Amino acid sequence: MPVYIGKRLLVAIPTLLIISIFVFSLQKLLPGDPILAMAGEERDPAVLELLREKYRLNDPIPVQYVTWIGGVLTGDLGISLRTNQPVTELIAQKLPVTIQLAIMSMIFAFVIGVPMGILAAVKKNTVLDYVASLVALSGLSVPNFWLGIMLILLVSVNLGWLPASGFESIFVDPVRSLQTMIMPSFVLGTALAATLMRHTRSAMLGVLSADYIRTARAKGLSPRDVILSHSFRNALLPVITLTALLFGELLAGAVLTEQIFTIPGFGKLIVDAVFNRDYAVVQGVVMCTAVGFILMNLIADILYVLLNPRLRASL
Amino acid sequence: MSRFLRLTTALAFTALTALPAAAVELKIGLQDDADVLDPAQSRTFVGRIVYTAMCDKLVDVSPDLKIVPQLATEWAWSEGGKVLTMKLRDGVKFHDETLMDAAAVVATIERNLTLPESRRKSELSSVEKVEATGPLEVKFTLKKPDVTLLAQLSDRAGMIVSPKAAKELGANFGSKPVCAGPFKFVERVQQDRIVLQKFADYWNKDNVFIDKVTYLPIPDSTVRLANLQSGDLDFIERLAPTDAAAVKSDSKLTYADVVNIGYMALYANIGNGPRADNPFGKDKRLRQAFSLAIDRDALNQIVYEGTAVGGNQPFPPNSPWFNKALPVPARDVDKAKALVKAAGFDRVPVEMQIPNNPVAQQMMQVVQSMVAEAGFDVQLKSTEFATLLDEQTRGNYQLSRSDWSGRVDPDGNIHQFITCKGGINDTKYCNPKVDELLNEARASTDDAVRKEKYDAASVILNDDMPIIYLGHQSWIWAMKKSVTGFTASPDGMIRLVGLKKG
Repeated sequence: MPVYIGKRLLVAIPTLLIISIFVFSLQKLLPGDPILAMAGEERDPAVLELLREKYRLNDPIPVQYVTWIGGVLTGDLGISLRTNQPVTELIAQKLPVTIQLAIMSMIFAFVIGVPMGILAAVKKNTVLDYVASLVALSGLSVPNFWLGIMLILLVSVNLGWLPASGFESIFVDPVRSLQTMIMPSFVLGTALAATLMRHTRSAMLGVLSADYIRTARAKGLSPRDVILSHSFRNALLPVITLTALLFGELLAGAVLTEQIFTIPGFGKLIVDAVFNRDYAVVQGVVMCTAVGFILMNLIADILYVLLNPRLRASL
Repeated sequence: MSRFLRLTTALAFTALTALPAAAVELKIGLQDDADVLDPAQSRTFVGRIVYTAMCDKLVDVSPDLKIVPQLATEWAWSEGGKVLTMKLRDGVKFHDETLMDAAAVVATIERNLTLPESRRKSELSSVEKVEATGPLEVKFTLKKPDVTLLAQLSDRAGMIVSPKAAKELGANFGSKPVCAGPFKFVERVQQDRIVLQKFADYWNKDNVFIDKVTYLPIPDSTVRLANLQSGDLDFIERLAPTDAAAVKSDSKLTYADVVNIGYMALYANIGNGPRADNPFGKDKRLRQAFSLAIDRDALNQIVYEGTAVGGNQPFPPNSPWFNKALPVPARDVDKAKALVKAAGFDRVPVEMQIPNNPVAQQMMQVVQSMVAEAGFDVQLKSTEFATLLDEQTRGNYQLSRSDWSGRVDPDGNIHQFITCKGGINDTKYCNPKVDELLNEARASTDDAVRKEKYDAASVILNDDMPIIYLGHQSWIWAMKKSVTGFTASPDGMIRLVGLKKG
């Protein structure tokens, strides 16, 4: 197992390199000058030139890339052009927020999506199945920003139950932190729940028609045991892959949801950075997200092996 | 039971008397997050809102845009506008308890002029030297007469910072700014909040009724309003005009607005690179026709729900600098058509670059259909902001929508855009006569003389029309009914001295 993990991590290095080169060149292809964008209304040519020099934007692009990658190897991701903060510091500020949002959204998605998927599969082609599909489809089709604003108006403005937006660290004020995160993670969670529900349903259907399930039933096992211990555990494999991918996506930030609920996470950071041509920040966040994505995939693979004893032999 | 009652009453009484008077906290929703909190380096509008509470300036601006005392109590021009002498307020302390005096003013101005990252250099470019002529008296000597300096000193260039803190932190001053305003810096979390606390030794502390201020950046205006309605915020800036009616009819909220000092305009490429070589850039009759074909009142009603005003000059019609001899023109399609014909055209193709935000897009679509009636085939090119700015600077445009947030002194709304060597003259319009008038206006300390010069320049510009002014938006604020004492100011700032809550 450690050899396997080691191999996988080694493969990740060229992947990250390719991603970094790709993102770096794409950014440089964008029209617009970061220094000019940053200056806004105050465009004093002398100061602009000085800043271009300071941030080495006059260097040839390959030189800029090598400088950047050199910094990365020593743990320095550069400085944000917009706020003068080190990118590592910005990431350290936003990453916990994004992770908390991602985890809470996944909990909502799991709690809603998986039971609904199981129910829909077990009660296939009944009213319950149709209702579950309908709910899932609505979850997918309702735009996040609409659901978000409606929730704010209903829950915060009319009922006054939860704060309308904002964020508090879970280590500073856990209650308030959960309160502010409930609505955004519900909004994100419902969309993901739909995908999870569809996948759980089809995976369950596949397993339920397998021979060993018929055998289990014939043995006289209770339907509950058949469904939860025998079918669901096997149906879980594709669901885990999907969960890992969805979680990886969440780590990239949820732009609209963050914007509506004013959550200072990755999504808002990267969108602002792209609009301001804040290269170092874009690059830093993308790398961080890519690492997260690769890690999530690795964890999914490890879980696969743990859940499926047959795979252990192949390692 | 009675013993229990007595006990609880006693406990409750102790608890109540033991607590200090409840601290008054004000939560303000801003449209964006501020940038670096260093007056020398900062550049965002919301940053200036935060400074209004944190950093006092040498002079302030009144709601009718007059320069009024703040850290300086009086001032005088001498030597034909080349020397400005200011007397400073006595007993003013910075947030680190050091004393604000002439030496601190000199140190701050010199920092603004010499710090490599300073963005105040061009604002203070007329200053040759600044010196302390007494413990509480400073003298600015200028390279040439420049009355606009006072207006610059009413903004970030005139925010006096603690020399001790500035020396310790250098370019990193923004991480813990120390000024002499009514509130001192407590903490900041990027894109989340900026917290300030009442400064107990503020020179005007008797008029400060708020104990703690929190600024929260909430970019979406609907969400900002929802936060106000739900009670999470006390005050919001830049309410969307479409929400004005909802706030006015809400018995729990107060509405405030005022026409701002900026403008909305279209820049025609007159001489910026090869793309200026087109009929619209070369023939002023076409630009005049374009302007005449626009119904500015209708724009205001359709796009801004009646909160904006139409305009044809860099100053709004309610400004003392507005040239009344050139009223905002009513729409005249026949005259516009005649001008197009006189220029030798039937239809004129025009490519207009516009920012990709919904309000600007809606507005320019309305303009597109208005001018079509006069013979202009406008093609709208929606562009993301950083690109738009780049294209406009490099001259890769024919007609570009560009707005200006406005400056207190009239010079700031016109000189740098129109003079031949103006720092942000993107149209590259150049007329020596206009340069002469605007330079003279800058040099005179007599407002009547200045007005004459601006009037004369506006007549020429209204004819050449390198910039087609469309109108002036309003600043719109909304607050809880319990918040009182707010004065709407055309500079868009939220001044907290005198403001009460509760």
